[in-house]
Amino acid sequence: MKKWIVSIAAVALAGSSAVANAVNWWDLGNTKVGPEQTLQQFHEYFKQQFPNMPLEKYALGGYAFSPQLYAQYQEAMQFNPGDLTLSEGKKLWDSKFKNGKTYASCYPNAGKGVAAHYPIFDNKTRSVVTIGMSLNACRKANGEAPLPYGSQDMIALQTYLGSLSTGMPVDVQVKGPGAVKAFEEGKAYFFMKRGQLNFSCASCHVAYAGKYLRDQIISPVVGQSAHFPTYRAAWSAVNTLQKRMEGCDKKVGAQPEQLESVDYRNLEYFMSYLSNGIKMNVPGYRP
Amino acid sequence: MKQMQRRQFLGTGVTAAAVAAVAGTGLLRAGNAFADNVAGWPAKAFDAKVLDAAMTDSIGKTSVPVSPKVSLKAPTIAENGGAVPVTIEVDSPMTADDYIATVWLFVDHNPTPLASQFNFTPACGKAYIQERIKMAKTDNVRVIAKTNKGELMASAPREVKVTIGGCGG
Amino acid sequence: MAAALGNPMIRMPGSAKKGEIVEVRSLIMNPMTTGLSKDKKTGKLIPAHFIQTVTITFNDKPLLDIDWSTAVSANPYLAFKMRAEESGTVKMTWKDNSNGTWSADSKITVS
Repeated sequence: MKKWIVSIAAVALAGSSAVANAVNWWDLGNTKVGPEQTLQQFHEYFKQQFPNMPLEKYALGGYAFSPQLYAQYQEAMQFNPGDLTLSEGKKLWDSKFKNGKTYASCYPNAGKGVAAHYPIFDNKTRSVVTIGMSLNACRKANGEAPLPYGSQDMIALQTYLGSLSTGMPVDVQVKGPGAVKAFEEGKAYFFMKRGQLNFSCASCHVAYAGKYLRDQIISPVVGQSAHFPTYRAAWSAVNTLQKRMEGCDKKVGAQPEQLESVDYRNLEYFMSYLSNGIKMNVPGYRP
Repeated sequence: MKQMQRRQFLGTGVTAAAVAAVAGTGLLRAGNAFADNVAGWPAKAFDAKVLDAAMTDSIGKTSVPVSPKVSLKAPTIAENGGAVPVTIEVDSPMTADDYIATVWLFVDHNPTPLASQFNFTPACGKAYIQERIKMAKTDNVRVIAKTNKGELMASAPREVKVTIGGCGG
Repeated sequence: MAAALGNPMIRMPGSAKKGEIVEVRSLIMNPMTTGLSKDKKTGKLIPAHFIQTVTITFNDKPLLDIDWSTAVSANPYLAFKMRAEESGTVKMTWKDNSNGTWSADSKITVS
């Protein structure tokens, strides 16, 4: 009997030390850890959950977990309906402002590779600047009225500018106290429970990543931002990451925010950083 | 061929004045009995509400023998019932004297089961179509083909599971 | 937001050997509404608005004619095949039930 108890205790101790080394998903919400360590912890957590999943496969979201669904994705990608919006975006991008200039003049490299580095933190205004905001800043600098966020033209332009980074790894920088603060606020929002369902983003996209919630496989947060703006069959249209945030907020019974609100921009900043190293693919395709 | 020639020669049909007149009376309503239907579009077959009627109105029969020559690919579980990819291929030499003239695609219990009709010419080389369709619920899709000689053959029905009620919206 | 319409796109190989079978893919923007769902705000049925016919020619000769129902997905995709016999132009014309017409074409060199 004694031998039994000792061996059970030994097993229990061994078990708990393994648990002690494992990253608990709720601990990932620690907002004092800083961006580099945050990314490391998230990568560690997901590596424990899915030991055989290489980082680049996270770009596929839920499709990485089901060959059957992935086959449908591949069929859709033979000609992504998002390309219709992409071609509209290209037409807008190429058309001249009243002063004769084009959007390309506002960006380094005529926009190629730019979206992979967004959002950026602007120390002058002490706020996160997204691709959408940069497009309106470009318009303003050239004497044009801003486009409403969520309008077809703005989405088309965001899609085209995003596509100029397709194939390039996400590379968002979080440097300096202002940027780190915005990053941590984005993280806090990600882990904050809200709405009638009392869910946080993490409740699904960390705790349930790769698992079925009702009839859908939930995508992990790592890799999510890399395919936005995306065509969604559910929307029959292309839309942005922030539009998706709005949709998720509504789905959990929470009051959504305005597109490009401070919270949504901080959240986009946080989420995009978490996709660092993963290749962009814009426009994406999702159910 | 006859049907194709008819459409290729007819114009858009209804004039703007006629459309405006009908619109004013409130006669334009949801459903396929639109004043603006494209000329030659088989409205009756597309309006049929049950499979038997849709088959009668389109091919004149409610039962067609299954042939392995008619292949229909569709996912076992659709990721989104609003965009189900289907691939149709009918084995045929597609020469001037032996080709598939028409293919019909049905979704058994859709509000209007006839989903599409394809009229081929030998120049297609293959009686092949890929498109994306809407399915109201878990259901069978099926395809019927007719050769230039009038011979009818069908695919085996293919069940596609459609789920509703994801959290993603 | 008004329904996004038109902007048809065709993708196919630019060249082929005589006798080769090539695949042609196409997309066009159209809501393909069924007429069976209600506007959430007004409670009224959203009228059916969908592409009814797709007419495809090669060098102006009939190649493929298609009739569509409301069961075809929004922003409809279509792929079909063609035997490359001679160089020329594939032309596609989409017509919807609201007098909308859109066309696109694509050239192929056959050697």
